[in-house]
Amino acid sequence: MRHKPRPGERTRANNRASKASGRTTIFLLLLLLAAPAQAQDTTRTTEALTSGSKKFTENVILGAMAAQLWEARGFRARHRAQLGGSRFLWEALRGGDIDAYPEYTGTLVQEILPESAGLDSSSTSENLRRELRERGVRMTRPLGFNNTYALGMKKARAAKLGIETISDLRDHPNLKVAFTNEFMDRGDGWPALRKAYDLPHVPRGVDHDIAYRGLRSGAVDVIDLYSTDAEIEAYDLRVLDDDRDFFTRYEAVYLYRAGLAERAPGAVQALRQLEGRIDAETMTRLNKRSKIDGVDAEKGAARFLNETILAGTGQAARADVAGFWTRLGQRSREHGVLVGLSLTLAVLLAVPLGVAAAKGGAAGQSLLLLVGLTYTVPSLALLALMVPPLGLGRVPAVTALFLYSLLPIVWNTYTGLRDIDGPTRASAEALGLSPWAKLRRVELPLAARSVLAGVKIAAVINVGTATLGALIGAGGYGQPILTGIRRADLRLILEGTIPAAVLTVLLLALLEGIERFVLPEGLRR
Amino acid sequence: MIELDGASKRFGETQAVRDVNLRVREGETTVLIGPSGCGKSTLLRLMIGLLRPDAGVVRFGEAPVPPASKGLRAMRHRMGYVIQKGGLFPHLTGRGNVALLPRHLGWRERRTAERIDELAALVQLPREHLSSYPPQLSGGQRQRVSLMRALALDPDVLLLDEPLGALDPLIRADLQEDLRGIFRGLGKTVVLVTHDMSEAGYFGDRIVLMRQGQTVQDGPFRALLEEPANGFVERFINAQRSLVS
Repeated sequence: MRHKPRPGERTRANNRASKASGRTTIFLLLLLLAAPAQAQDTTRTTEALTSGSKKFTENVILGAMAAQLWEARGFRARHRAQLGGSRFLWEALRGGDIDAYPEYTGTLVQEILPESAGLDSSSTSENLRRELRERGVRMTRPLGFNNTYALGMKKARAAKLGIETISDLRDHPNLKVAFTNEFMDRGDGWPALRKAYDLPHVPRGVDHDIAYRGLRSGAVDVIDLYSTDAEIEAYDLRVLDDDRDFFTRYEAVYLYRAGLAERAPGAVQALRQLEGRIDAETMTRLNKRSKIDGVDAEKGAARFLNETILAGTGQAARADVAGFWTRLGQRSREHGVLVGLSLTLAVLLAVPLGVAAAKGGAAGQSLLLLVGLTYTVPSLALLALMVPPLGLGRVPAVTALFLYSLLPIVWNTYTGLRDIDGPTRASAEALGLSPWAKLRRVELPLAARSVLAGVKIAAVINVGTATLGALIGAGGYGQPILTGIRRADLRLILEGTIPAAVLTVLLLALLEGIERFVLPEGLRR
Repeated sequence: MIELDGASKRFGETQAVRDVNLRVREGETTVLIGPSGCGKSTLLRLMIGLLRPDAGVVRFGEAPVPPASKGLRAMRHRMGYVIQKGGLFPHLTGRGNVALLPRHLGWRERRTAERIDELAALVQLPREHLSSYPPQLSGGQRQRVSLMRALALDPDVLLLDEPLGALDPLIRADLQEDLRGIFRGLGKTVVLVTHDMSEAGYFGDRIVLMRQGQTVQDGPFRALLEEPANGFVERFINAQRSLVS
């Protein structure tokens, strides 16, 4: 696997055979792998237009540009950054959660449109447009770069050997070639490339980072990469020309909802301002600035727009980058709402469910099992499952967290009630209390310690799991964590994990206080 | 007062109670005695409806013990039940334990408080112990609180399942004496389960000796001593005697 941050693209050169069979599975995986969100503009209450982006840097920059161009034209605009992978954004676009997002033609053909659409890499853009139109989606013209698989060398070395195209490699059979294992293995990777160009080399399979390191030290001459990778500029690489047109084209375009032009006149024109304006070199430079130099994607996008597209138009792009404390405050609010709401709802439902499980005989056992089964769904998958019916944002996140918090509380309530010893139980029964009074006055107080332990476990799990809420646009501490992972920036990751840890401690302290308050004195030890 | 008519109860492979016929007479103290596992506690639990007989009938007053319902709860309000270690609720103070049922039934606080004062005097429990939680009380004190709880509604019947079983000998002797005084003073119908022959003789107007789920002999203490119905009765009594002397 070469590119952690590009899940949407992971299967892109993949052939169509695998596509039909595992579509559902892939759909889920894509949702999951693909997706964090940086809801930069959540402070605004109403936004007329929303752009989205996948979770890798390039897409985030392009998503930011869309929103900034809209804003420059006076729309209220919002960028939901780092949402899921391709399939996820596609569904969000069709569902109306977003109005536009950057996509690649190859991804549309290979992954998104069904095989029955009959498209392949040789299809014309008219065919592609027609298929999109049938699905209520429109597409701009290519923005000017093709982000596909490519081979790269150090610029100096390539110049010295006079290598400009892949074909030129044939004359240098002794070059040391290292490819990622994925590229080595896939049918449309090295095996097909070797045939297409009749290449004599014997490449080694290596990890992506190691390939770059080898390139720098001179141990490796040629590697595989994506044609707009930030590293191309950072390591001063030359992308070899695919002179036999072997690799599928992945032209960057914006997809937008049908009807956008009517609903928001000028919005489509805003996107089209970028048509043909970003070549591979420019995109690579923007990627590098954000991914390697650590310039915020929003800022990088705004600077580019102001220097080129909007220069002299009287319009200006503005990057909304909040200061640390503002960000922290907003994320704390978001995270607090996610956790507080889902946990409260979970307690309200889980305690009665636990009682029902303890009293319900066989049906109660099934209930326990059912609640247990929700835990076999990985938390990411659970979040993803919430999106088709509930859309993006807080609602699906709270729902998923709520479901995830049920188990410890239900089970601990059940255990607490079942652990009441026989003599105590018999005494309560023999007293002649009504079932409700017996539950309220005797059983629940005796089970309180166990119930509260369940709530504490749920709280800890909830705070951690809620960081995944950023994947579906719910914000919270997951936001900087995702950005940090994307940029390999430890500082940003800590900006999310440390407050989450603090929140956990505070929440536990609060629950401890509640325990002191509600736990009967006779049970305190 | 309480009647068992051909009552049987089985737990899995074990026939705990087998075709028992028994009449508990009003105002009398009836002691159920026998070796461990003879079915004496099961019999008590059948009487208060904690268990249902597989066969036969259990009656309280004239009517069969009702199924789980308001009727059963009303019947239980006319019975007090005390078990070996008291069965007190650890999350409530002594007072809370005694007041639980009266409060549930909507008694005024004042009436409840007066009743508790009366009962504390009756069982000779210093009032300050009522503010303690069960784990803070001694075994004997716990049994006194438990008895107060059982007597709170002034029931017709007291059912006691080895109430002295878990106590030290000295405390036990004290409580034994106090209990007999209380039973005599109140004139209640009492059914007491024990495995101790001398205790049975001390309390019982009438003693029912059980073995393997059946009654073996039923009569006054003296009759058991002087006219044992069979070899088992003789052996049971002698074994207990040799332990005592």
